[in-house]
Amino acid sequence: MYERKKAAFKMSTDTTISPGSSLKLEGRVQLSRIDASLKNAGLFFLISAMLWLMVGTFLSIVSSYKLHTPDFMVGSEWMTYGRARAASYSVMIYGWANNAVYCLALWMMARLSRGEVKHKGLLVVSGIFWNVGVSLGILGILSGRMTSVGWLDFPQQVAPILVISYLLMGIWGISSFVNRKTDEVFVTQWYFLAALFWFPWIYTVAQAMILFTPARGVVQSVTHVWFVHNLFGLWLTPMALGMAYYLFSKVLGKPLHSYYLSLIGFWTLALFSSWIGIKYLIAGPVPVWLQSSGTIASVMFLIPVVVIAINWFATINGNLGAVWKSPTLRFTLVGAICFLIVSVVGVLVSFRPVSEVVQFTHFMDAHQHQGVYGFFTMIVFGAIYFAMPRFTQREWPSASLIWVHFWAALFGILVYGVGMSLGGVLQGLQLNDASLPFLDVMHSTVPWLASRTIAEILLVIAHSAFFINFFWMLLVKPSEPQQSPTLFEE
Amino acid sequence: MKNLPLLFLGIFSTLVFSWTGLVLSSHLNLGYLTPTTSDLEENGDPIAGETLYPIELGGIAKTGKDIYIDQGCVACHTQQIRPKGFGSDFERGWGNRQTVARDYVYQRRVLLGSMRIGPDLANVGSRLSTKDWHYNHLYNPRITSPGSIMPPFSHLFEIQQVGDEPSRNALNIPEGSPYAPPTGYEVVPTERADALVAYLLNLKVDYELPEMKFSEVE
Repeated sequence: MYERKKAAFKMSTDTTISPGSSLKLEGRVQLSRIDASLKNAGLFFLISAMLWLMVGTFLSIVSSYKLHTPDFMVGSEWMTYGRARAASYSVMIYGWANNAVYCLALWMMARLSRGEVKHKGLLVVSGIFWNVGVSLGILGILSGRMTSVGWLDFPQQVAPILVISYLLMGIWGISSFVNRKTDEVFVTQWYFLAALFWFPWIYTVAQAMILFTPARGVVQSVTHVWFVHNLFGLWLTPMALGMAYYLFSKVLGKPLHSYYLSLIGFWTLALFSSWIGIKYLIAGPVPVWLQSSGTIASVMFLIPVVVIAINWFATINGNLGAVWKSPTLRFTLVGAICFLIVSVVGVLVSFRPVSEVVQFTHFMDAHQHQGVYGFFTMIVFGAIYFAMPRFTQREWPSASLIWVHFWAALFGILVYGVGMSLGGVLQGLQLNDASLPFLDVMHSTVPWLASRTIAEILLVIAHSAFFINFFWMLLVKPSEPQQSPTLFEE
Repeated sequence: MKNLPLLFLGIFSTLVFSWTGLVLSSHLNLGYLTPTTSDLEENGDPIAGETLYPIELGGIAKTGKDIYIDQGCVACHTQQIRPKGFGSDFERGWGNRQTVARDYVYQRRVLLGSMRIGPDLANVGSRLSTKDWHYNHLYNPRITSPGSIMPPFSHLFEIQQVGDEPSRNALNIPEGSPYAPPTGYEVVPTERADALVAYLLNLKVDYELPEMKFSEVE
């Protein structure tokens, strides 16, 4: 027993940069018991996420290349642009993002609530059903059964599988929270709890009102933009924010700068975020007051953004060296910065004069990519770098591969963001000049579209390095246990 | 924040707030719109005997909409005309007026779209009313629109040997075009291509509604 405690103690200190963590020995043992209790289920979700990430990366680069080289793969109906594109973001959201969230959110929730997870078998079975559902959905899109309702492209028959398997998984996070053995509640837990409720709600409402019993006319469109923004704003965003709060505080071994700021940040986000989506219908066939309410909500959304940013950066202030050295925190920091950028850009595009230029252009594609990839996925990468050593009790085998992953992903984000944003603004300005023929405008976007393919190549490199490192860690037993965590070189 | 019922109430009511404000209010506002005539009687009723707009899709155009959906056309094309003075939709001739909620009441799947990699199609049936143009354009967009980056939808067509005489529905691809079939062969549309073209030709906003008249040309 003593040996085990000692091992657990060692493991915890090894992966914490600041040894002065406040946890006592007993707490550390409890945490490693929780890690062990979720090991199989957690790894199942992470492996699924990794496989989907690679599938999604492949589909993204193919669809990006096809857009500026339209005669590529002609005759392959399965990979026609509209389908390949829908399949690529569906894989990234329902395959990669959701599986990663199921592992990381349930695991962090269990750790923060100090509850070991029971009946893990059922969790894995629900996870298998989720992944079967996603696979059927992707095959459905590629074989011509897609719905053409963005982010809900899976054939509607798949939705019940996804909803039921989700409920069986989401309940775990909620039950860990309800049965928590701690007195304090950390901000991460609110975010996770809320998102675990919000996701099934927005998903079933959207399925019902758009696909199963379609509402009349543009009521569908309103429901759709409400869903699309909330899938980002009330599902992916709170998950990533919760993870970032946890990682900054945990890895640095520092308490959050301010409890009250995190409280304000959480509730203002909950209130304003869900109203923003309607800004995508500016100048569309819906009442003008609705469109304007989206602009107001977007501006109000600056409150949580500023509050969260102050809280984060005050927490890491003075520890930038440690943040930069830790793979977990370096990825999380980039994600946090992208959160600020994407939020400010989101406010700008909600103003009518800006929207008049960038609406329907590649600028919006870049904006979406900054959110889902630059912000959400980068933080998830950071969280996986934190979680894997705790599940496997091994360290990451290669610091160089982490280095490649980081820099290729960062440059991928930059090239994608700069190229498509700039290209999108030019495209919008040209589109608004009716004296330029449409074909000329289209033609002048081609170099920018090619720059996106370069970004996608960088992301292929990044994800391959990550993939190799991940499975190397998982499958190859190190000859002698590594004594210290894998960090970036000075 | 240790009070679970309070926390849950907050989580619940924030989403109820936006759902009520956006989705439910739109439903109450716009969910019961019906087709009507371009002008109204003084009491606000449709004028008896005149055509009700919008007109519902019929025949193979309905099937064509399913093809439009399953090919993912919405990835690059919108179906909404913005008001005159916002962007250049009106100046580009994409429509004589902006589209309004009533234009979509018959659509079981509303395809407003969010990208204009290609042009808007809300009124494409009035703008480009030649069948041949659409067939050639779908088979390979560069036959009709040099430099276009739209992918070919050649999988909706068949290349076959010319029989005793050319098929009546064979495509009229200009000779010398790099996309023309080899000599002795012809390109014929499948039923799916016929349906899709019928759908595109049916996309028209060529009528006025009481709440939205054609915009004036200056």
